[in-house]
Amino acid sequence: METTTVSPPSLPAAPVRRLAAVRRYAGQWGLIAALAALPVYYGVHDLVYGYTVSVAGHQVVHHDLSNLGYDFAQGLSNGAIWALIAIGYTLVYGIIELINFAHGDVFMIGSFTAVGLWSVFGLSPGEGAAALTGFLLLTLIISMIVTGSLNVLIERVAYRPLRSAPKLAALITAVGFSFILQNVGLLWRGGSPQSVPDLIGVQQTVFTIGGVPIQRGYILVFAVMIPLVFALGWFISSTRAGRAMRATAQDPEAARLMGINVNATISLTFLLGGMLAGAAGLVYALYETNVWYFQGFKAGLIAFTAAVMGGIGNVRGAVLGGLIIGVIQALSDARLGPQWTEAVVFGYLIVIMVLRPRGLLGEETREAG
Amino acid sequence: MSGFLARLRQLQAAVVKRLPRRWNRALAGALIVIGIVLPFFFPPNNGFMNATIIAVAFAVMSLGLNIVVGFAGLLDLGYVAFYALGAYSLGWFGSGFFFRLHVHVLVSPTAPVLGVHLNFVLILIAAALICAAAGILIGLPTLRLRGDYIAIVTLAFGEIIATVAVNGQSVPVGGGMTLTAGNLGISAVDPPYFPGSGSFSLLNLRPWYWLIFGILLLVLFVNLRLRDSRLGRAWVALREDEVAAVSMGIPLVKTKLLAYSVGAAFGGMAGAFFGTYYTEVNASQFAFGFSIFILAMVIIGGIGSIWGALVGGLVLGYINNYLIPDVLNDLPSKFGLHFQLIQVEFGIFGFLLVIMMVLRPQGLIPERRRQLELTAQIAAEDAQLAEAPTGEVTVILPPGEGAA
Repeated sequence: METTTVSPPSLPAAPVRRLAAVRRYAGQWGLIAALAALPVYYGVHDLVYGYTVSVAGHQVVHHDLSNLGYDFAQGLSNGAIWALIAIGYTLVYGIIELINFAHGDVFMIGSFTAVGLWSVFGLSPGEGAAALTGFLLLTLIISMIVTGSLNVLIERVAYRPLRSAPKLAALITAVGFSFILQNVGLLWRGGSPQSVPDLIGVQQTVFTIGGVPIQRGYILVFAVMIPLVFALGWFISSTRAGRAMRATAQDPEAARLMGINVNATISLTFLLGGMLAGAAGLVYALYETNVWYFQGFKAGLIAFTAAVMGGIGNVRGAVLGGLIIGVIQALSDARLGPQWTEAVVFGYLIVIMVLRPRGLLGEETREAG
Repeated sequence: MSGFLARLRQLQAAVVKRLPRRWNRALAGALIVIGIVLPFFFPPNNGFMNATIIAVAFAVMSLGLNIVVGFAGLLDLGYVAFYALGAYSLGWFGSGFFFRLHVHVLVSPTAPVLGVHLNFVLILIAAALICAAAGILIGLPTLRLRGDYIAIVTLAFGEIIATVAVNGQSVPVGGGMTLTAGNLGISAVDPPYFPGSGSFSLLNLRPWYWLIFGILLLVLFVNLRLRDSRLGRAWVALREDEVAAVSMGIPLVKTKLLAYSVGAAFGGMAGAFFGTYYTEVNASQFAFGFSIFILAMVIIGGIGSIWGALVGGLVLGYINNYLIPDVLNDLPSKFGLHFQLIQVEFGIFGFLLVIMMVLRPQGLIPERRRQLELTAQIAAEDAQLAEAPTGEVTVILPPGEGAA
């Protein structure tokens, strides 16, 4: 008799607990499993069925991972560009919880500025190494300043007046500004992709690791991305202004009470994000050797996906997410065909949202929790 | 300026109060009659008539999106997906595209033998059902999310549908048939056919107008009834405070999914109409810009306001299809600039969005509740600014405490 009185309460609780465990498990490992699915599948596919390479006119079947390695190298260097853009999204979202839709188009303006400056300076592929490096650094700095100030201007004109309005309002002006910038780009350089002189010979192989050719472009991308990310990390963690940024991101009201100038801090955040987008714009123009007014829209969505994947508000997460998205994109480009890449990337975005809205390295946030 | 507007509004309120009680109904009747006889004032294949038809169809979409964005407060940036699915419903069930099948239901005897040919009303129903199902699909991953994250998931969904539409040529569905015709377009779609109706040809636009006007009236009626229903109040409650609404017993999942599916169904109906009116279903029509275009209608009209969505749809429809291409297109060249206005139309809409949000966030015809919210907030802010001490440290209290 005693057993019957004890057992009923535990019965209805059991399935609920099991479901919660499944959900927790999916939240922890589901995203990682989903991310690993593509590389693992294609790695196994290459090892088992092999892939054909034409060597001196002969079709040779290889059974190794160097093809996958090539996709990874391609993907990581693409991803480094997305990472630079994603940091801008993540910084802005971290501080005012706004998806800065115009950010991708700021990146596009950065590309256009850099390309415009090259033709002003008369840079051509035959330039000497020292002069080329000097001019490229100069254009890098100017593009970063241009995009940084553009981003600050957008914040001042379009987002600050709406800071206390419903959040939908600022998001809509962000979309509006994205369209305005796209049309500026359209009038600036026309409606079709324009090729840019290949200044540094991006496709030239510098050395080979394990059958994977490392091209100049890869080295360029990382040579720009790594110092910038470290500089940003140092700025955020070690300077007074960086501490103000972190404080404002945590609690704007409390930061204001502590004497932090919140408006200036938000402007600074937009400046930093815009500058990184400008750097990404220059690198993109050098690396892809073409620019297009619509490049920013696509890049913006990919970079936003990267920022969400890494955990929005988290700089390290944005870099990680950018690199991962780059690899996914390269794999999809090479194996499924570039026309499906967009669908694959957005499919991943939805999978992230379902399985782990806080991202790989992110904290639980109010919005995503 | 605002004082004048306020006085005008008082005057309007005073006039409405003195009018007979049936005034609303009489006004609605008069507007419907004007709507019906409108085509007789224009030649049957006039450019303005064409713009009117498209504007009315946009208004239908805007009313659909208003349910999702306005009533339920779920920012949907992928509405183009429902345009695409609605248009493809027409392409699939009203043309020779699925050439292995031979299905004819209540269509004109002159319809081609090959393909699936359903009556337009059946296609409208099919489009609404397909889009409602897709709306539930898009809604499911967003249930746990809020705010911006919903926007981004719906955007991703819209882009996936658009990508599938473009690449559908390489997706076989059996018998040598493909899912879509990509950028080539499914052409030679059936014009609507009703027994005893006039012919639907592009030489005479009047029947098309009456058809879309009828759809608009239906959608408007459903919208008005929904707004005042239990479901409509549940949507607004969820929009205003999700936690409070759920603890009052509103079923979160069902209510949100219904918002997505009802909004999507209207988009699908307008999409099917666009398919037959443009006489082809082409994947290049389904760009992200379209979602923003429809969203701009809802916002410029006034988020959550039915009459606002209607007016916003008509206004932007006319701007897009009449004012920019036919009237103002040469404007930049008159100032010595070398581009046509039609090239930068999305820039213009973007500009309108920004200006609208900064200057008049409640829209042209604001919903009463939202207007109160916004003006109350602004008043509270003004009070704070007046009270705040000057100096480096500015203390701003939350609105509730500022007045105390």
